[in-house]
Amino acid sequence: MQRPLLVSVFIVASCGLAYELIAGALASYLLGDSVMQFSTVIGVYLFAMGIGSWLSKHVVGNLLVRFIQIELLVGLLGGLSAGLLFLLFTLHAGPFRFTLYGLVLLIGILVGLEIPLIMRILKREVAFKDLVAQVLTFDYIGALAVSVLFPLLLAPHLGLVRSALLFGLLNALVAAWALWLFRAQIGTLAALRAQCIAVIGLLAIGFGFAGTFVSLAEANLYNEDIVHAESSPYQRIVVTRWRDETRLYLNHNLQFSSRDEYRYHEALVHPGLAALPGARRVLVLGGGDGMAVREILKYPQVESITLVDLDPRMTELFSQSPMLTELNGGALASRKLAIINADALQWLEQSQEMFDFVVVDFPDPSNHSLGKLYSTAFYRLLKQHVAATGRIVVQATSPLYARESFWTVVATLEAAGWQAAPYHALVPSFGEWGYILAGQLEYRPPTTIPVATRFITPDALPALFHFPADMARVAAEPNRLDNQNLVRVFEREWGRVQAH
Amino acid sequence: MRRREFLAATSAAAALAACGSKAAPPLPPGIMSGASDALGHRLRKPDFPAPTETRRVAVAIVGGGIGGLSAAWKLVRSGCDDFLLLEMETEAGGNSRAGQNEVSAHPLGAHYLPLPPREARATRQLLTELGVLQGDPDAVHPVYDEKYLCHAPQERLYTGGYWQDGLWPTLGVPKTERAQYTRFQDHVAGLRRQRDPAGRRAFALPLALSGRDAELLALDRMTLRDWLLREGYTAPGLFWLADYACRDDYGTSAAQTSAWAGLHYFACRDGEGQVLTAPEGNAWLARGLARAAAGRVQQNALAFRVEQGKRESVCDVYLAAEKRSVRVVARELIWAAPLFLIPHVFVTPRPEWLAAIRGAEYAPWIVANLTLAAAPQTRAGHPLAWDNVLYDSPALGYVVATHQQLRYAPGPTVLTWYRALHEESASRQRRLLQGHAAWAEEVLADLSVPHPEIRELTTRIDIHRHAHAMIRPLPGRLWGGARQAFELDRPGIRFAHADASGLSLFEEANYRGVLAAERTLARLGVSFASSL
Repeated sequence: MQRPLLVSVFIVASCGLAYELIAGALASYLLGDSVMQFSTVIGVYLFAMGIGSWLSKHVVGNLLVRFIQIELLVGLLGGLSAGLLFLLFTLHAGPFRFTLYGLVLLIGILVGLEIPLIMRILKREVAFKDLVAQVLTFDYIGALAVSVLFPLLLAPHLGLVRSALLFGLLNALVAAWALWLFRAQIGTLAALRAQCIAVIGLLAIGFGFAGTFVSLAEANLYNEDIVHAESSPYQRIVVTRWRDETRLYLNHNLQFSSRDEYRYHEALVHPGLAALPGARRVLVLGGGDGMAVREILKYPQVESITLVDLDPRMTELFSQSPMLTELNGGALASRKLAIINADALQWLEQSQEMFDFVVVDFPDPSNHSLGKLYSTAFYRLLKQHVAATGRIVVQATSPLYARESFWTVVATLEAAGWQAAPYHALVPSFGEWGYILAGQLEYRPPTTIPVATRFITPDALPALFHFPADMARVAAEPNRLDNQNLVRVFEREWGRVQAH
Repeated sequence: MRRREFLAATSAAAALAACGSKAAPPLPPGIMSGASDALGHRLRKPDFPAPTETRRVAVAIVGGGIGGLSAAWKLVRSGCDDFLLLEMETEAGGNSRAGQNEVSAHPLGAHYLPLPPREARATRQLLTELGVLQGDPDAVHPVYDEKYLCHAPQERLYTGGYWQDGLWPTLGVPKTERAQYTRFQDHVAGLRRQRDPAGRRAFALPLALSGRDAELLALDRMTLRDWLLREGYTAPGLFWLADYACRDDYGTSAAQTSAWAGLHYFACRDGEGQVLTAPEGNAWLARGLARAAAGRVQQNALAFRVEQGKRESVCDVYLAAEKRSVRVVARELIWAAPLFLIPHVFVTPRPEWLAAIRGAEYAPWIVANLTLAAAPQTRAGHPLAWDNVLYDSPALGYVVATHQQLRYAPGPTVLTWYRALHEESASRQRRLLQGHAAWAEEVLADLSVPHPEIRELTTRIDIHRHAHAMIRPLPGRLWGGARQAFELDRPGIRFAHADASGLSLFEEANYRGVLAAERTLARLGVSFASSL
């Protein structure tokens, strides 16, 4: 009886430490600030074990039965802890921190009960000094084993949800083993056996379906049905659908919602192109979703459109998926269009082509790589490809949420020798959004929009070029390759928005 | 997803390797290259064939590094075409040469030029001519072409498992020590502003234009480390940075470097740390200079005997490619090769030259170019910068050749890894003879600390060895009096190597070359507008 109980001390100690590590790691993963998460989780856990030890004196009756029941309960709670917390976080279903510390407290109390109980069971057979020595030795060895295995093998290979379930199963198996070993000393065999089977079954099913469960929980991050998800060499592409609304996310950032993308793309294309009745050759940089091309194709005088997008998976997806071609009107299949999957900077350096109108629709400058696409060097390079009477339009983040960033892009275009005409439009999915038209000549808004539009009309145009006080121009330094100040400003401004 | 799977696989492989159950993947292929040591070392026991031909020129320039090329550049700019430049290697450029492979051009040696101060007029003139300096070349802060200004982020430091921004170690450094950083920076800023009664900067670049206050020149007699201790500095991070700066610029540790030279590094420039660089390192500068000398450069040409006469100098040259020798007779000689060669080549070297060369030491350099299938990952901290330095490493870190390319997408790249052999001579000699495999293993081991996946990412690794890369500014070498023998304007011969300055810097070599050319032009009676 002595040896099996010591083996179970080892397993029980391993499991106890594992739940603590999993809770700490999960909290760090979801909430950040790992030092804070680990130290609060460990603190609460150790304190809870103290409560458990103190409470153990109130546990009376058949100690073996109590031990088995506690093991089952620890296995159930600990095993499901990671999954529960993950689901809770992604569903925003309740107070996450409260549940986290509540669970840690409960598991800690139960684990705190285990060792005193085992010592009381063994007390009948072993001398006290040997008892303390042996039980605590196995307790600490178990802790060491898990603390080494967890970061090296379990967390990277099984993941947190499955690791927790695995340890839950171990706890439940210890209970079942104890039940079988000590069946002679236990009266209520049938009930306990049923409890064991139920817990082991539940945890095993959980373990088998953990993969599906995690992706389900991730789907809830989007709050919508994911209809397409893939990782290209350049980015994670996710298309979601909720009722009649389709959305595109690149690297988890919303690119458009079918409800109001017409506002974004009409505002991007028409103020510039409607003012260039002679425009024949148009270039689109970025914009692999084909929405801007759809707007450009409305102009019959445009003879050729060149679309340069880095990611072939984007342009393939938006030329082939029926749901998406419905949105861009099959624009990517147009005979006027040439699709080039290349790095825009590299392509511009090598190409000799000239254009009358260029749509620059890149992701926001959130890192140094993207920051290059908003630099004086880039706008100078672009200038070599635009006819003297031609014009470019640049999507330039939100002048409301990232006011200095927006005006930095304006200052950058000006420093590169362009005449800039900044404007803005309201796109509900994004908020107030900013664009900049730039050319060698001064821009005058067109008096007519010769094509069908839902949002942009000639009489509404002048107002878009007026910036109210909270978006009005602020002093800003041009973004040069050697300082990339735009990336810093952008990070600061959007960091502030996300903090709210 | 593929990248992530790959990383998961490699981290698993690393875990397995730690258990001793899996061998490391084979060493990536590559070559070992360097100066033509076999040819150069024949000077020790000269057995060259007798000259079969005599060529007469007004000026012979021996050595096609930055010094010799700068001399040629100034001669051509002043309308003097009657010269011949003798270069031992197959390409001129010296320490500023570059390699090129299917992924990118990459440096084989010097890889950047800090924004030159106003005193470095010749260098600014060259940059203006190359179109990189735009506007007024005499402005305190002129405008430079964005393409050559190092793009952000410029540098980062790996310390304590984390990449921090900039090279001053700040992660986990207590406030009191960071206060010392500030005190040192203020100290250096004071030295930068300091001028002598004649209006010369305390630490000018070129150093010949520096003030001559006895108190300042006395700094040449102590080491930088001793100076820091004397001034009450104790912060380990400051000592690390001082040491790194010395190893990087001079191939010496702070405990070996003259304090004057060490402080010169910090106080001679006012470009706020900005540098000019290109995928090919400084080769664009060498090639810009070499364009002027086109057609007048004799490659694979080793000058093995120089005899100075009253009216002309006779220079016997071995043409390695043709396996024959020619005699070059020149009215004026510009010696732009390392000065330690003088005793081997000159028939009657002046005693003060020999005295000045005695005790001169040269720092060897190892430059490794690693071609990578993809950029290395950053596990924690700041993103990949141009210059990436490891705190706990005797090496100098690596620069990214593709950093200056206008590319958005990450792709294959070339990393150039630097190591100055600043250690004492016995081990230096042994290490210098180390072969490709041993160096490749050492480079990969060094870089695997921040980038465990480096071995799998590397498709080839080429090692370039500079046995006598730079003269070392040991205490007493700059202002002890001996070096000045090479600064004099003697009839018939001028020295145009950075060794004459005692600091192996582009600006010094450029200044020495232009100065030698201008003195030669004056002697030849050719009128010119000074670039100095």
